[in-house]
Amino acid sequence: MFLKIDAERVIDCLREARQKLNNAEGETVLDLSSVRRIDPKAVTAMEDLLGAAEAKAIKVGLRGVNVDIYKVLKLTRLAPRFCFFT
Amino acid sequence: MTTSAASLHQERIAYLEGLVSQARTAAAVFTQYTQEDVDRIVKPMVVAGLEQAQHLARLAIEETKLGVLEDKALKNMVATEFVYNYVKDKRTVGAIREFPERGLVEMAEPIGVIFSLTPITNPTSTVLFKCIMAIKTRNAVIFSPHPNAWHCCYEAVKIMYETALKHGAPEGVFTCLESHDLQDNVYLMGHKDVGLIDATGGPGVVRAAYSSGKPALGVGAGNTPVYLEKTADLNMAVVDIITSKTFDNGTICASEQTVVIDDEIYEVVLKKFADLGAHICNKKETEILERTVIDPETGFMQPTAVGQKATDIARMVGLSVKPNTKLLMAPIQGVGRKHPLSVEKLFPVLAVYRAKSVDEALKVCVDVNHAGGLGHTAVVFSRNDAIIQKFGEVINAGRILVNSPGSIGAFGGVYNDMVPTFSFGCGTGGGNSTTDNVNVYHYLNIKRVARRTQAHMWFRVPNQIYFNLNAVENLRRLASRSTVVITNPAMEQMGHVDVVRRQLPPQTLIHVSVIPDAEPEVKTVMEGVAALNFYKADQIVALGGGSVIDAAKIMKLKYESPEADLEELAAPFMDIRKRVVEYPTEKVHRARLIAISTTSGTGSEVTPFAVLSDKERGRKVTLADYSLTPDVAIVDPQFVMSMPKGLTADTGIDCLTHALEAAVSIYASPYTDSNAMQAIRLVFKYLPISYNHPDDEEARSMMHNAACIAAIAFSNAAVGVNHALAHAFGARFGVAHGRANALMLPHVIAYNASVPTKFMPSPNQRGYVAHKKYATIADLLGLGGDTIEEKVQNLVTATEQLLDQLAVPRSIADLGISTENFERAMPELSKIAFDDPSWRSNPRMPLVSELVELFWSAYHGRGVAKTKGSRKQTA
Repeated sequence: MFLKIDAERVIDCLREARQKLNNAEGETVLDLSSVRRIDPKAVTAMEDLLGAAEAKAIKVGLRGVNVDIYKVLKLTRLAPRFCFFT
Repeated sequence: MTTSAASLHQERIAYLEGLVSQARTAAAVFTQYTQEDVDRIVKPMVVAGLEQAQHLARLAIEETKLGVLEDKALKNMVATEFVYNYVKDKRTVGAIREFPERGLVEMAEPIGVIFSLTPITNPTSTVLFKCIMAIKTRNAVIFSPHPNAWHCCYEAVKIMYETALKHGAPEGVFTCLESHDLQDNVYLMGHKDVGLIDATGGPGVVRAAYSSGKPALGVGAGNTPVYLEKTADLNMAVVDIITSKTFDNGTICASEQTVVIDDEIYEVVLKKFADLGAHICNKKETEILERTVIDPETGFMQPTAVGQKATDIARMVGLSVKPNTKLLMAPIQGVGRKHPLSVEKLFPVLAVYRAKSVDEALKVCVDVNHAGGLGHTAVVFSRNDAIIQKFGEVINAGRILVNSPGSIGAFGGVYNDMVPTFSFGCGTGGGNSTTDNVNVYHYLNIKRVARRTQAHMWFRVPNQIYFNLNAVENLRRLASRSTVVITNPAMEQMGHVDVVRRQLPPQTLIHVSVIPDAEPEVKTVMEGVAALNFYKADQIVALGGGSVIDAAKIMKLKYESPEADLEELAAPFMDIRKRVVEYPTEKVHRARLIAISTTSGTGSEVTPFAVLSDKERGRKVTLADYSLTPDVAIVDPQFVMSMPKGLTADTGIDCLTHALEAAVSIYASPYTDSNAMQAIRLVFKYLPISYNHPDDEEARSMMHNAACIAAIAFSNAAVGVNHALAHAFGARFGVAHGRANALMLPHVIAYNASVPTKFMPSPNQRGYVAHKKYATIADLLGLGGDTIEEKVQNLVTATEQLLDQLAVPRSIADLGISTENFERAMPELSKIAFDDPSWRSNPRMPLVSELVELFWSAYHGRGVAKTKGSRKQTA
């Protein structure tokens, strides 16, 4: 599954991704290239998505993550749970 | 706070973990914010704090029953408006300070999650202050208010949080523990995701914070002494002290606790206090206060008195005072447990001490300072700068306030230009990590981005260098009334002294001082200095080789600066510009030093070095300073035409070693390179001719120039490991310096051209360049080769061939030194070579084992030197 995250509706997109996990297999890739910044709700939504994906043994990959968001994911210790693609 | 967090229920742990997780996420998200983002949030928070100042003050009074409503409101305003005024233009995100001239940029890194404990005495103002600091620095805070001030603090946090959120702060940036439990504090203080504990409160809280093992800002109790000195403006002092000590009923830890008054003004001052509403206690009343407001068992103030009005305290303890009494003043006779009122009293009771002298007053202030007030605050009222200075020296306090009130003065920004704060750092005296008024910079990790800077380089040479045949004639142009010629017996015998004598101006008085032809000794130098003094010399002519010129340099130093301590001046140094021992600049005499070299090797006529033999102590003293450089150098080949072959070879190779080492030195520069390269070229071309045809005037002249030019290079770039090896070997086996250098030289070139085991720190070089420099020299000499490695190898071979032409022994073994003898000497040789300062400018840092290898390579001889760690780069 590949999903482009809309910068204007990050949380909705992450929730959609979580719902689509039911039909996904193997790997889900989220494209954050248009997202400049994330807020605590987005962090929580990412954590939920990761929890659901890990329960189904699905890897979650992130693409186009800027370094500021990458640092947020490091500080919240979510980074090791994602795969990152350039 | 000795309770263990282990006894917490799982539910409670889950709750606390939730708080930390929320704060951690908020702090992580906050890292994305810009300076403009945080400034947009801070301002409305400040406005909200100002608008709610009275409301929060009222809540604080109602809940804590401490202090004064109006003062609490004022504190809330200072905590917002004054703090904002300080922080509003401060950069706290990204690059916060730049020092372009030093290549330094300081950058802010938020701490993350701060666990903050707030006190009962300044509850809401402390919360407002910390919230503003946290947002300004992009940190999240978990607040743990004092249990008896929880509600008002919670309300303050709520106001700040809601305002911050409304203006874009991340959710969860502030949270407040919902109830107060010591175990919660212990748990959070030890939590791995809490980056900093900011504990404002009593000693217990502060101690717990520092005991947690976390970075902590723990600021707590004080015991402020006030010295009211006789020159002070008494009216101002009395009003300030009353204002301060009664402010919020004395709850501020920086408020005055004991006022020490000079005997001469004691009565007058007490009357002024009484006139303005203070009650001066008599002996009996003082005894009552001692028993009641101080706990007789602990020696600390009674909590029931904290923040109460003077009249209420008087009523509580049974004193009869006027209804308008603001302050109870109790005379004490000393400081310590026998004088209970000498401790901190966060209520309007002020101890008073009558001092018979300034000395006594200062001592009592020191005693008060040491009775629980170390590092906090102290106050002095005086117009005597010397006394103020002395007070500042003897009192250990983060804030020493002059002619201003303690409590309001310590806040900063009101009575002085200190940083506004509600946390007073008390330094190590108070068990704190800082003496500062805690501010935004304590809520940041400050990173230094340090760009590589190049040290200033230099190129220093004598003022005048005269060269070529008959250059000595230039002596005539140098005016002098009294000239002392320093020389050795050989120069006299060869008639060189007469040549010099003839060229000196006719009006100068000439005295010739003949010294032994050996490294100068202290005795020789001092005899020379005596001659200089006797003849009142204004000019010294050194005629001879390195030893004579070195002797003259030291004579000049001691003649001009008799106090110069040669032993001290010989202290080792790493960088001549940063040396610890400085050469004297004050001079009782001035004399021009003219150096006329009669060998073509050492280049002493242009160098800032001199070696002195200290036979009494059995050692050599090496002096190095640009002030030793001769003023005039005369490089006249007529003085070297008769040099014997052996000396020609040895000094010529010494010159080549100087040039090769200067070329690859870590201090090499384009200025020294040009000299080093030219000297190398001249040596390879003219040394064999000079050696084989001693009468060849051009060859002699060019070799004489080469020695001087190489010396100019190494005077400014220094030498290297070749000299370290040669010094050790030469001294141990009595081998001439030039010859010792020659035996090491091919091996050292190969060694420096190889990949170093350890690189030498060299800020002025861009990468390792020694091998490239050697390749450039090979090109200059037309030695051929396609790769750097080939070129270096060709240089090694050419050097070996040159040594062969000069009949330099091919190995140390060829000198007749047995393997066993050399092996026995090796520990000492390698130690001395490693202690030698010469290698510190070598491009490659030698390991002791490598020095041993080099010695053995030289022992086995030429033809074995090969570059290692092959460098395949093409040139």
